[in-house]
Amino acid sequence: MSPELLPDLTLILLLLIMAWGALYAPQRSDAMTLFIAFGVVVALIWARLDAPDLALAEAAIGAGLTGVLLMHAARALPDELHRRNRTATYWGALAFAVVATLMFLAHLLTDDSLLNAGLLDGETDMTPRLRSLADATMGDSGVEHPVTAVLLNFRAWDTLLELLVLLFALSGLRQLFPRESAPDDHATSRWPESLALMAAWARVLAPLLVVTGGYLLWRGSSAPGGAFQAGSLLAAAAVMLRLTGLLPPLRWSSVWLRLAVVAGALFFLTVAAITGIWGEGWLTYPAAYSGLLIISIEIFATLSIAITLSLLVIGEWEDLRS
Amino acid sequence: MNTLPLVTAIELYLTLGIAVFLLSLHGLMTLHDPIRRLIAVNLMGAGTFLVMVSLARRSEVPDPVLHALVVTGLVVAISATAFALRLIIAATKADRRGGKPEP
Repeated sequence: MSPELLPDLTLILLLLIMAWGALYAPQRSDAMTLFIAFGVVVALIWARLDAPDLALAEAAIGAGLTGVLLMHAARALPDELHRRNRTATYWGALAFAVVATLMFLAHLLTDDSLLNAGLLDGETDMTPRLRSLADATMGDSGVEHPVTAVLLNFRAWDTLLELLVLLFALSGLRQLFPRESAPDDHATSRWPESLALMAAWARVLAPLLVVTGGYLLWRGSSAPGGAFQAGSLLAAAAVMLRLTGLLPPLRWSSVWLRLAVVAGALFFLTVAAITGIWGEGWLTYPAAYSGLLIISIEIFATLSIAITLSLLVIGEWEDLRS
Repeated sequence: MNTLPLVTAIELYLTLGIAVFLLSLHGLMTLHDPIRRLIAVNLMGAGTFLVMVSLARRSEVPDPVLHALVVTGLVVAISATAFALRLIIAATKADRRGGKPEP
């Protein structure tokens, strides 16, 4: 065991403790807090595994927005909904996970089949075919950062469908708020207004978040960053301002809000249709304009992701019903 | 000397991904509280992402295809989580009203 594995082992141990606590902590509020901490540790692991795009996205989404989401939900739920877990469950879980993981590790270390050949021996070329394709066509993609090129050019279909998933989630959410009347327990879903310190912080943090989001969006074409990271940062800013009461309700009745929600998917679909009808094929950008097209799609997608995520996280009756 | 193969960081993270997945799979099957089960599903997702990102790190320059897939996965996971939480809240409210669903 070499000393350079020490930070990895620390992170792994931390992550296992967080996962264990998030599942089996006696109090549900503790479990939620540990789940947020789990997100932070995962973000550190992404950084350790040379995945800065993911570290940025995880820090904003996994650790930030998911935390607010859970806390917000916990306020609406009774304190102890669950039956207390018996001790036998812990030992069962522990035994199950340990035995299965050890079996996997033993397999990984003894079997020199497909996985091991590439892991232990740097000489073997284990580069997957998709990867080589991506590397070979990077020059034509219009952007320099490989992850952005994959997201918005080579696998643009995935990203388009992902924007549609966000739209579906939001329309599903709207179905849960009946149109006729505001819910009677409306008042209980309010946040305390006495958060003076948080309001003061929000005033400082929000402009910084907006600037950082814009920077990440712009930088995404040449370095880690991009529409998702920027969108989730902006959503975090909106959520923070909304919770401290500095931002009025995002009213669904406003045409601009609805436009902002669908802008990303709409623009993406328009580009897809235009390239499909007059161009070389569905989502095949003309080489001369691909950089410009990718940046424009990203700008609209950032807007949509930011608004949709903030509605998903804190949307209440007054935000979602006209 | 070299009887035991040296464990690399990538293999450790790969195993960690499997461990987190299995632990939360067990949690999903045995826990009763809906919020905890939702957390368990999220942890299973995190375990899967860990496996994918470890596999992406096998070569000197990490694989952008897997990274892009995980970025997509993160956003889909949070939209699903947000919707599931609202469903849990709606179900709990319906229960409190005497087991009848909302009109």
